Amino acid sequence: MVKTVFSKGKIVAKTGNEVMAEAMRQIAPDVVAAYPITPATEIVQIFSQFVADGKVPTEFVAVESEHSAMSATIAASVAGARAMTGTSSQGLAYMWEMLYIAAGLRLPIVMAEVNRALSAPINIHGDQSDTMGARDAGWIQIYSENSQEAYDNMIQAVRIAEASKLPTMVTTDGFIISHCMEVAEVYPDADVKEFVGEYKPERALLDYKRPFTLGAIDLQDFYFEHRFQLAQAMRDSKKIILDVASDFKKKFGREYSFYEKYQMDDAEVAIVTIGSAAGTTKVVIDELRKKGIKAGLIKIRVYRPFPAEEIAKDLSKVKAFAVLDRADSCSGTFAPVYLDVVAALYANCASAPKSENYVYGLGGREISMEHIEEVYMKLDAIAKGIKKASTQLEYINVRIK
Amino acid sequence: MKEDKKLTAAELPAGGMLEGGTAEEFKTGPWRSQRPVWNKDKCIHCLTCWIYCPDASIKIAPDDKKTTVVTGIDYDHCKGCGICARECPVKIQAITMEEEKK
Repeated sequence: MVKTVFSKGKIVAKTGNEVMAEAMRQIAPDVVAAYPITPATEIVQIFSQFVADGKVPTEFVAVESEHSAMSATIAASVAGARAMTGTSSQGLAYMWEMLYIAAGLRLPIVMAEVNRALSAPINIHGDQSDTMGARDAGWIQIYSENSQEAYDNMIQAVRIAEASKLPTMVTTDGFIISHCMEVAEVYPDADVKEFVGEYKPERALLDYKRPFTLGAIDLQDFYFEHRFQLAQAMRDSKKIILDVASDFKKKFGREYSFYEKYQMDDAEVAIVTIGSAAGTTKVVIDELRKKGIKAGLIKIRVYRPFPAEEIAKDLSKVKAFAVLDRADSCSGTFAPVYLDVVAALYANCASAPKSENYVYGLGGREISMEHIEEVYMKLDAIAKGIKKASTQLEYINVRIK
Repeated sequence: MKEDKKLTAAELPAGGMLEGGTAEEFKTGPWRSQRPVWNKDKCIHCLTCWIYCPDASIKIAPDDKKTTVVTGIDYDHCKGCGICARECPVKIQAITMEEEKK
């Protein structure tokens, strides 16, 4: 249950898409270029209505595709504008080459992204295959568990992107968050405006008195240095993300970090996951705790940059953990989040707890409390030495045989 | 040729940003296998070559009457593509391509 934590905050009933559009109105970027796609359509639809009604001074560009949406957003950003867009699934896939260009040119674009399965077969429902595929694109990725987080993350993303000069995507789980009406606290326009501040680009192409070149060819002698800069910027952005979160807490009262820990202080078994499933997991933990099972959760909010050292430190204390991935790499081994988590543990700890990796919820397949409880019970048995941890990728709620 | 000290990742501007107009310092003339030769006496200064040149290698300047005229070819940047010779009006043929002497 969301409670007001900001003295001037207002509790409203809004879907994930509505709060993201609301955040965009309050941020009032100079340019938004977007193309509609389920389940993110409403974000730009509502936002374009704000523009039409004169409620926001943004230049809205209705483009003919997502590739053009990202291209126009990049162009606006290079021109010196604060630029945003929104998309989902196939739309994100269609933006692919431009995603890398936005990152490579170090443009602080903010994108509202609604996680949806990728074709084929065609499916419009929620899983994280789209953004997981974009995890190496050089974009900061911030995932949201609910509407409130989506709203707060959008506001923080503007400052994170501009301070780190990295494009940033804020995501919600398709339909589960994007279309689910929840209570959320929104802040007055003036306070959001004050928090995001004014965008002052280092160089702007529209500043014709100081012309510059961007996107020049970069061969064997310089490309590597520029890619190193990008990777380093991602490492350096960790401090920026925490600083912005700290300012956000001072201003609005809500606390954010790279990930949220739930009942982790004395946890013996833990689940690591991203997005809306974390909410269900918390309910399961409360039930299991009553039965004496010391269950905990790490809900990753910032997946890129990946908070490796921090997660390794927290997870090394448990006896067994499972990573629940809402995307399958089809790699022959494990799913994306698990690979990052175990690499973090291997690199940072002398010994690591037993672990398992599950893929769940593809194409919007439900994950129930029972499913999550089953995972915890298995982890509990592993922790007690009764069962052995699986050495291969496991699946939740799929008909295999 | 003097070896420039190359900037490090820490020294380079972010995102491959460069000052404008640096292409002028990049001499692409040596790429040429054929060179355009401009005949000043035949030229009618229609500027068709200047319009078509993809590398801004047709040099122009105002004459005494402040009319823009062709003054020559920028061999530092001309890559020898031959478009100027091709586009020069058929009856004029003020630009001809010749083998580049190595």
